[in-house]
Amino acid sequence: MVPVSYYLALSAILFALGVVGFLIKRNLITLFMSIELMLNAVNLAFVAFAWQWRSLNGQVFVFFVMVVAAAETAVGLAIIIAVFRTRETLNVDRVNLLKL
Amino acid sequence: MQLVLFFVFGIIAVAAAINLLAQRHPINSALSLIVVMASLAALFLLMGAEFLAAIQVIVYAGAIMVLFVFVIMLLNAGEEERTPGSRVAKRLGYPAVVVLAGVVAWTLLTHNPHPVPVNLSGRFVGSPTAIAQLIFRDFLLPFEVTSVLILIAIMGAVVLASPVGTAAGPGSPEQPPAKREG
Amino acid sequence: MKPHFHLWLIPLLPLAGAAINGLLGRRFPKSLVTLVGNVFVGASCAVAWWVFARFLSLPHEMVPYVHDYATWIRAGDFSVSYGVYLDQLSMIMVLVVTSVGFLIHIYSIGYMAHEGGYYRFFAYLNLFMFFMLTLVLANNYLVMFIGWEGVGLASYLLIGFFFLRDSAASAGKKAFIANRIGDFGFLIALFLLIKHFGALDFGHLFPAISKLGIENAGPGLLTAIGLLLMTGAAGKSAQLPLYVWLPDAMEGPTPVSALIHAATMVTAGVYMVARSNVIFTRAPSAMLAVAIIGCLTALFAATIGMAQTDIKKVLAYSTISQLGYMFLACGVAAFSAGIFHLMTHAFFKGLLFLAAGSVIHALNGEQDMRHMGGLRKKIPWTFWTMTAATFAIAGIPPFAGFFSKDEILWNAFSSEYGSWIFWAVGLLTAFLTSFYMFRLWFMTFFGEFRGTEANTGEHGKGHIHESPRVMLVPLAILAVLSVIGGWIGWPQTIGGTQRFDHFLAPVFSTHAEEAAVAAEHSKELLLAGISVAAALLGLFLAWLLYQKRRDLPDKIAAALGGLYTAVRDKYYVDEGYAAAFVQPLIKGSTYLLWRGIDTKGIDATANESAEGAQYVSDALRHMQSGNVRSYAGWVAAGAAAVIAYMVYLGVRG
Repeated sequence: MVPVSYYLALSAILFALGVVGFLIKRNLITLFMSIELMLNAVNLAFVAFAWQWRSLNGQVFVFFVMVVAAAETAVGLAIIIAVFRTRETLNVDRVNLLKL
Repeated sequence: MQLVLFFVFGIIAVAAAINLLAQRHPINSALSLIVVMASLAALFLLMGAEFLAAIQVIVYAGAIMVLFVFVIMLLNAGEEERTPGSRVAKRLGYPAVVVLAGVVAWTLLTHNPHPVPVNLSGRFVGSPTAIAQLIFRDFLLPFEVTSVLILIAIMGAVVLASPVGTAAGPGSPEQPPAKREG
Repeated sequence: MKPHFHLWLIPLLPLAGAAINGLLGRRFPKSLVTLVGNVFVGASCAVAWWVFARFLSLPHEMVPYVHDYATWIRAGDFSVSYGVYLDQLSMIMVLVVTSVGFLIHIYSIGYMAHEGGYYRFFAYLNLFMFFMLTLVLANNYLVMFIGWEGVGLASYLLIGFFFLRDSAASAGKKAFIANRIGDFGFLIALFLLIKHFGALDFGHLFPAISKLGIENAGPGLLTAIGLLLMTGAAGKSAQLPLYVWLPDAMEGPTPVSALIHAATMVTAGVYMVARSNVIFTRAPSAMLAVAIIGCLTALFAATIGMAQTDIKKVLAYSTISQLGYMFLACGVAAFSAGIFHLMTHAFFKGLLFLAAGSVIHALNGEQDMRHMGGLRKKIPWTFWTMTAATFAIAGIPPFAGFFSKDEILWNAFSSEYGSWIFWAVGLLTAFLTSFYMFRLWFMTFFGEFRGTEANTGEHGKGHIHESPRVMLVPLAILAVLSVIGGWIGWPQTIGGTQRFDHFLAPVFSTHAEEAAVAAEHSKELLLAGISVAAALLGLFLAWLLYQKRRDLPDKIAAALGGLYTAVRDKYYVDEGYAAAFVQPLIKGSTYLLWRGIDTKGIDATANESAEGAQYVSDALRHMQSGNVRSYAGWVAAGAAAVIAYMVYLGVRG
């Protein structure tokens, strides 16, 4: 039997990796993938809790998370394409027009 | 047995995630992410979420990551250069990961007030039937809303990614409007 | 059965005229403006006379006729309503105001014919009539105050009628502000009345006050109220020290001077004092103050009038002086004498101003008497009517002024509130009045014409000509009234019935009025003779100085030197007020209020807070660097903080 806390610890590790990747990486697409990693970690946590409490609500929520992640990925990548078209770069430090 | 499987797939997932951070070319990072997702699917199976495991592989790894790979290849982005900033980030970042993950994990492992569940009473399986019953009965409204969300996302993606001059992009003076000439 | 007098028509008809002319008059043809401007006032006058006819046949107990139209304020026990109060006093005032007002409206048709803003003039004039009639007909002090303020407003509008002229605009402001100072006293008196008697309407107030005794032992409540009311009256009726606005008010068109600053508005103060006779007769100190102020004002203004060269200014100071007489009368409890003089003064002073306007009109705008002369043959109608008025004001029998002025002098001497000092000063003033009025008469109409070419080119006719008939008819009517108007007050000593006093007696039935003077007929005749002699002496002196030996006035002026210039320059009172009140106010406003508080305080606060906001935002600006990763860093830091806090809460519990 695997204790639930092990799954949660794994989820936490993956989430932390995603956060750090989000902060460190300079390539826009890699940044985006770190976000996906974070989402996956959360999915794992949800499923773990669903298993713990014997309730399928957690799994349904994972389903919705996936749907939303898909939509977000589509739009986000479209934005990246547009940005690349105008700025000719995927370096996130050069995409700095959103400032005062 | 389950513990062994857990550790195997867990370590694969963590290793792939670390690789995602370590690689310089985004295509390598994408492939690492696919490995992470696959191992997560295996973990889902371990926890009885068979429908979700299938969905994870089909949708997440099969569609979303494919989209990522398309875009990487379309934009032909190269490697990340090494700059002084990135070195600093690496030196700060990796210890930060260790600290963060370590703290959370330790907290979870030591202060968990709930006992280990005993899988004696009945089978708990997230079968498609069961999940479908939940989605289409209790969670009908969120389901409909997410379908609207997808529609919006489609429209948004089409608009944003379309080439300049034909849709409502910032006007490009070199592209004259289509002329109808006899 | 109380008859319906429909008294509300009397003030509201002119208001309708004012509204129509004021709002629509700009697009009307001149004839329509004239029609609207005069018909309503004429109708009001007709209603007033109709009411008078029926008033005379009212049974005794129905007077005063009081009618409430609507409630205005109701606050607990205190209530004020829009209502009318018709007794003999207000009846006379209504008749005087509407009749003289109507005549002056007719006169204005001719006088203002060539001026711009014709419709505006009649609108303001009608508005004035409305307010004045409200004042006179009010059945409580508060509605009277509405009229009081309203006539002040109309006066401001009309004095500053030629508002593009700086001096006219300033004169309008001066009048309004001086009035306001008096109104302040009036208001405080009203507050005192409300506090101590709980009512402001005459029907409740006067019986309540009648029950109080006479305040002989020093100042008390009624003395205070009386003095404050007198302050208000001093402002409105141009007594010392608030008279300074009236000479400046001559900037307005002459019909305005005639109506407002001779016949009606300035008499509102006298009316108010007479109406409050119940209060005054129970406060001897206040009465004494009224008498002293009236007496001093009369003398003071007469001295200044002697040295003026502008024809309207002479008449202005004369008005102040005559108002002083009316105040003196009220101060010695001879209220009916004061009202009698008010009535005759309306006739002859109104006439004097209108005739002066006719002279000015004939001379194409010249107002300086030094440029007049010899007009007797050229504008005969004006000459004869003005002669009637001059004899009336000088107090020469049997003209109207003699009877009223003489009654005042007699009461100043013999009343239990009077003294021979009042009589002596009044006599001296009568002499001076006669002198300066005949001086005006001689300088304007006799001798050779001293004017310039500019004075003769009127309407392109090239010579001095008489005014149009529409201006002359009111002059004639007023001249007739100046002659016979005093006859209804023909004193008993010379065989008359003294109808006027008997008519007003029920209003002023106080302790003082019961002074039976039957036993002093001979003394009254003696004093009357002395005052006639004084008037004739003034006439002789004026003839001497301005007809026979024209060189004398300048020699006398040179001999008197500084005294003469002081009198001519109005004793520098205006300059004194400017230095004592106006300059400190301006300096205080500039340095303290403007530079100090406004610029350094309020503006600085606004500016400093803006600068502070700018400073803070400048510091925070660096959070938004445009660098997505720094944003991500902030998000992560915030999330970490929240998670840490939640963990802390969870661990603590």
